[in-house]
Amino acid sequence: MKNTVEIRWHGRGGQGAKTAALLLADVAFKTGCCVQGFPEYGPERMGAPITAFNRISEEKIRVHSNIYDPDYVVVVDETLLHSVHVTDGLKEDGAIIVNTAKSAKEIRPLLRGYKGRVLTVDARHISEKMLGRNFPNTPMLAATAAATGIMSREKFLREMEASFAHKFAKKPEVIRGNMAALEMAYDKAEIDMMRTTGNSSGKKAGKSSKEMKRSA
Amino acid sequence: MSRENVMKSRAIPERMSGNEAVSFAIRQVNPDVMPAFPITPSTEIPQMVSTFIANGEIDTEFIPVESEHSAMSAAIGAEAAGARTMTATSSAGLALMWEELLLAASNRLPIVLTLVNRTLSGPININCDHSDGMGARDTGWIQIYAENNQEAYDNYIQAFPIAEDPRVHLPVMICQDGFITSHAVENIELLEDAPVKAFVGEYEPEEFLLNPGKPVSVGPYSVSAYAMEAKKAQEAAMERAGEVILEVGECFGKMSGRSYGFFEEYRTEDAEYLMIIMGSAAGTAKAAVDLLREEGHKVGVLKLRVFRPFPEKEIAEAISRSGCRAVAIMDRCESYNGCSGPLGSEIPAGLYRNKVMTQTVNYIYGLAGRDFTVDHVRDIFAELEEVAQGTMKAPNHKYIGLRE
Repeated sequence: MKNTVEIRWHGRGGQGAKTAALLLADVAFKTGCCVQGFPEYGPERMGAPITAFNRISEEKIRVHSNIYDPDYVVVVDETLLHSVHVTDGLKEDGAIIVNTAKSAKEIRPLLRGYKGRVLTVDARHISEKMLGRNFPNTPMLAATAAATGIMSREKFLREMEASFAHKFAKKPEVIRGNMAALEMAYDKAEIDMMRTTGNSSGKKAGKSSKEMKRSA
Repeated sequence: MSRENVMKSRAIPERMSGNEAVSFAIRQVNPDVMPAFPITPSTEIPQMVSTFIANGEIDTEFIPVESEHSAMSAAIGAEAAGARTMTATSSAGLALMWEELLLAASNRLPIVLTLVNRTLSGPININCDHSDGMGARDTGWIQIYAENNQEAYDNYIQAFPIAEDPRVHLPVMICQDGFITSHAVENIELLEDAPVKAFVGEYEPEEFLLNPGKPVSVGPYSVSAYAMEAKKAQEAAMERAGEVILEVGECFGKMSGRSYGFFEEYRTEDAEYLMIIMGSAAGTAKAAVDLLREEGHKVGVLKLRVFRPFPEKEIAEAISRSGCRAVAIMDRCESYNGCSGPLGSEIPAGLYRNKVMTQTVNYIYGLAGRDFTVDHVRDIFAELEEVAQGTMKAPNHKYIGLRE
């Protein structure tokens, strides 16, 4: 499909990867896009690896299969890097966004030779700082919106604030923290994207990682 | 429902899952009674309807029952009493209704059941295939399948005017693919409440149990001297259902801008190779056809929407009209008959009866949620080409996407 961004989410049951995919579909819809947001259902249990998917397009989306060659991969739980082949099919001109306190340099050796952009977001830290609890999906959602560039920062934040106002109508005190978490993660991812773009190449970054791998 | 003065509706752009879309339609229709028992992936529907009731948005009588057998029994009782009745289920839930499905149809009760298709055990699995719906294919219910949330919503609204038409008086099953459609959020164009309410109209059955002015009995014993006539009358109603489905599909177009027939022909005009497919995978097949057409392959899709009554003559005519060289018949269900899936036997039988001798190949795909992709569609069309050119012997009853 032309003009379609495909995103694959990896998380563990209970972390909200599915909710994040549905929220991203929601916010993209509000900015006028055609959207799909859907999870893959397996034997659902807390902590088991799960995947969720987004297609976001200017045109009507008809494909109803999972996504095997995503433009972006989002990893909500970095421990999955050891057990799930998260970069399978990931396009080299796309990006992987990982929830981790580590740097992209430290993460790249775990990505099975992926040469594209690697963005890291310490969603746990952001969430605990801004919300007082670990809800990694909110910062990851913001980082994904920033990385994919499917909508402007202003539009994204405005729509998310409206969603939160609806969702947390009975506890408006949490809206500010959620918005702060979104902004922090969005800005971090945007800066990372600009830096890697400035380099002009995931590929270049990839090379250095290969060298790093060899030396390791 | 008035077929002459259909109220036009504005389109309301939204995004929601298939289960949400059907629940939204239920809210607009406001049926009298809904008995239901939860089963994945249809559980959200009774959940959402219960919320509408609790919020006072609709005044449907919700009957929580202890099994699907009881859900359909209660639906039969309510509908026979004269109440517009609907329920929702999936998989083993539909299987447990089996005895009652036949009673609903033979007693000519226009119940509407929304089926969220899920495989039947075993192995135990919650994901989509059509084995539940296909298992009920000979129970006398009208069956309409949806490609996406939009069609699930549109079909649901059409179900009541079809079922309740005096020429039909049969129950209707509105089917959508479990999880793939039911749990995926996609764009949809909803309709306004007033036109939908006018389209569906008030339910005014000619005969019903709670009418002291005209007592009737429902479901009595029938001796052999009369029972066969009752069955023939039921079959005749299924035959008449075809014209009513087309009328309602056209009227729906006047309201919404989206008309419906027995099936959709997608880029079939000059197609050399066709794929016949039902449900969500039809969307994937269309996307693949667009890609293949760009590469110069003359391929098309016939998406079957109405499975009961079975439009065998119309399918045969469509295949004949396209002049195609070979057809892939796609079954998301196994028949365990050693030779074909349900569509794989019914479509070739219809072609033979209508003297259309096009080569067909039957494929089984997507069982128990096995993913079906654009690449699978490409492979199938490539195979059809080889079969038609004689460089490959036609496979039959071939499984797609099987692990090796």
